[in-house]
Amino acid sequence: MRMPIFRGAKRRWGITLSVLVLASLLLAACGEGAPSILNPAGPVAAKEAGLFWFILVVATIVFVVVEFILIWSIFRFRERPNSPTPRQIHGNDKIEVAWTIAPSIFLFAVLIGTIYTMFSLNQPTGNTLNVQVVGHQWWWEFDYENAHVTTADELVVPTNTIIHLDLKSDNVIHSFWVPQLTGKTDVIPGHDNTKWFEADTPNQKYLGECAELCGLEHANMRFYVITKTPDDFQTWLTGQQQAAQNSSDPNAQAGKALFMGQGGCVGCHGIVGVNLKSFSDPLAQKLIGPNLTHFGSRRTIAGAVLTWDPSSCVVQGTGSSAQIVNEQNCGLWQWLHDPQAVKPGNDMHIPQLTDNQIALLVAYLESLT
Amino acid sequence: MATRTITEVGVAQRKRFSETYIGEWITTVDHKKLGIMYIFTGIFFFLVGGVEALLVRTQLAEPNGKVLDPATYNAVFTMHGTTMIFLFVMPTMTGFGNYVVPLMIGARDMAFPRLNAFGYWVVLFGGLFLSSSFLFGAPPDAGWFSYAPLTEVTCGNGVMCTPGLNMDFWALGILMLGVSSIAGSLNFVVTIFKMRAPGMTINRMPLFVWMTMITSFLLLFALPSLTAAAVLLLMDRHAGTHFFQAGFGGDPLLWQHLFWSFGHPEVYILILPAFGIISEVLPVFSRKPIFGYTFVAWSGVAIGFLSFTVWAHHMFAVGLPVIAQAFFATSTTLIAIPTAVKIFNWLATIWDGKLNMKVPMYFALGFVGMFLIGGLNGVALAVVPFDYQVTDTYFVVSHIHYVLFGGSVFAIFAGLFYWFPKMTGKMLDETLGKIQFWLFLIGANLAFFPMHILGLLGMPRRYYTYPNEPTWSWNELNLMATIGAFLIAIGVMVFLWNFIKTLRVGQKCGTDPWDAFTLEWDTASPPKPYNFLELPVVRSRRPFYDKKNPDIADWKVATH
Repeated sequence: MRMPIFRGAKRRWGITLSVLVLASLLLAACGEGAPSILNPAGPVAAKEAGLFWFILVVATIVFVVVEFILIWSIFRFRERPNSPTPRQIHGNDKIEVAWTIAPSIFLFAVLIGTIYTMFSLNQPTGNTLNVQVVGHQWWWEFDYENAHVTTADELVVPTNTIIHLDLKSDNVIHSFWVPQLTGKTDVIPGHDNTKWFEADTPNQKYLGECAELCGLEHANMRFYVITKTPDDFQTWLTGQQQAAQNSSDPNAQAGKALFMGQGGCVGCHGIVGVNLKSFSDPLAQKLIGPNLTHFGSRRTIAGAVLTWDPSSCVVQGTGSSAQIVNEQNCGLWQWLHDPQAVKPGNDMHIPQLTDNQIALLVAYLESLT
Repeated sequence: MATRTITEVGVAQRKRFSETYIGEWITTVDHKKLGIMYIFTGIFFFLVGGVEALLVRTQLAEPNGKVLDPATYNAVFTMHGTTMIFLFVMPTMTGFGNYVVPLMIGARDMAFPRLNAFGYWVVLFGGLFLSSSFLFGAPPDAGWFSYAPLTEVTCGNGVMCTPGLNMDFWALGILMLGVSSIAGSLNFVVTIFKMRAPGMTINRMPLFVWMTMITSFLLLFALPSLTAAAVLLLMDRHAGTHFFQAGFGGDPLLWQHLFWSFGHPEVYILILPAFGIISEVLPVFSRKPIFGYTFVAWSGVAIGFLSFTVWAHHMFAVGLPVIAQAFFATSTTLIAIPTAVKIFNWLATIWDGKLNMKVPMYFALGFVGMFLIGGLNGVALAVVPFDYQVTDTYFVVSHIHYVLFGGSVFAIFAGLFYWFPKMTGKMLDETLGKIQFWLFLIGANLAFFPMHILGLLGMPRRYYTYPNEPTWSWNELNLMATIGAFLIAIGVMVFLWNFIKTLRVGQKCGTDPWDAFTLEWDTASPPKPYNFLELPVVRSRRPFYDKKNPDIADWKVATH
């Protein structure tokens, strides 16, 4: 029996290829900050991740065995000057039966594990919070059903609670996905899909994404799930239920006037206490932009394309001389300066605002805590 | 230009149009010429689709890319998929089928030569029509599977979705191409059932013929769903109906069910001819027969039937009842079994063989290695709760490219290098072919393997850009994928150089350069217009091998 010969060029190529492929595997370990499904932070994602590790083991074994047979055969049975004519074998029924049954057993074991896990992911009973999720082009709206609170971009949830989501869309299909907490479910016009998840750890921020092509800005429809302890969550929720406060800051007051008047913002955005009587005000359904009642307490803009960071958006001066210091570093300034440049094709078409107007609006929005 | 010829009587006569060089090709109904035209058309659209792929990868090489704006990006990736599937793989496979099947079964031509020509010209016209959408500023841009209601003119709340012609180009183009596929499929089925040489029973015909036959049945049964869907979409867009719009009694999911009822058999339509090519190349270059002919043939039939039962595995995230999802998980798992059986039979074919390591064999062996990976990550996708996480992410993009590029494309190049000598009488350059192979193998793995990880790390598909987050590793993995794509592109350019150079000054070869087994090799290179001077004698699955080796012919020796 001849031994396989791995000479020169083939050995080098074999090593290079293996290294490249392994390198990308290793890189997987480096994606620490990524919204990774292998970094689960709740029971649903944990079950789904567990299945991956099982699949990986089985697939790797099959891969190594079959590829080894393939590559070994290429070297072992390669034509050489003295090789004889091979035996003209046409088949072997017994082997066929064997290698039909063996993978079938494997596959059915996997299937049983699959179906078992599917049914074990039914929503459990217990302490439940109901949130309606509405996919818009291109941002996510969250309505806390019992508390009658509406926010956008950030889904704040308590730990130790089953979060039940009613998933809706009134335009195209989107898909709600938070890799570290749960697999995705589509939001489909005319369909009442639901899903649930639970978060293990408070005071965390998990990235969510839209995962179904929904038009121009499908890539920029991100959101965050922000976890709090149940007590902190109650505090937050009570705060959110209040109407927007009036600010004593003259810049914020001037900004509010702009919001209601020349800026035209009230045409698309609702603020409870300004143009909405409450979160359930029927007018809210007709406004195409996100509800901004407590925008000051959020930290994301426009589907998480930009970060809303008040410390980068310091307003200096008052009245007509108010300006933002280093405005280029202020995400909110970038957005209000030219929303189409930040997120081409989105529905926010506004007249050109002066830097002063933007500064006043920023002051107002910051006051909406 | 018409040229004049002098007849015996001395009267000048004009050449008929169909006797001029161009006229011959335009008016031909000969399966060999049509096959070549299909293949040329397919390769042309491979280049178009390839450029579209490179544009996508260039945009994604870095975060916050500014190479393509989102509207253009959506159109480019949509057309990449649409072009590669409908204008490259399908026409090229049809081209091989057209050229090779009548020769393999000992026939003079296809059953319906004029229908054959019709089918080709519709493909060319349909492909040009679909591509012309770019010139009208309205290329399809809702993905190759065009989910409603994004494809409607308006979708809910007076939102404008696709008011322009984009989806009309798509739907009409698809309808045209469907007509061509139906014509071709009918032709193949009748030819294969009715025109085999005496002695060539169904159980003796080459596996490439088997796979072409199964593919043809799949097309005949799957295209009605797509046709219906496309017509309903056009009606929604222009006739005031609301089939796919909620709020008027319609349902967006109807589109998905109709589309995937076609779409899933479609992917088997893309791979079964590839299985056929591999099942021809591996035995010839191992110098022994295919192992388990009956099992390879019937596993193809099983795959054909099962392919109609798995469609909703593309829909695990849409909110189907869990029991329905369990059904589709089961059918999808089942379809993995005949596929595994094929892989084992191919390995057994090369086992204990005498491997002739020429370029067709390189691509055939590469196919087995790459398709295995696509099959494994495909089985992973059948694990429904895992699929909830990775569906609609780059994990799926990895799967589809391993089976389509590592599978169909590798098989197409195996077929090209294998049958080129028969079609032209010249041999493609071996060295250039091997260079191309390694560029493809390394490029494809570099392009598509990191995509598994991108999916696991949370990157959805069809994103025109991604944020700059250094700790995510998305930047590095995307850059690796882009480099891999460009390696493939260099491989394609090597192929084009090889192809053009060989057509002009290539090394001439005889009728049977590979010492092959099947009837197409028992003809001139290229074959005469009538194919065979005498009706071939078929007493086994390897009639040409039998003719060359009468003492050890299969029908004399083989008990199994």
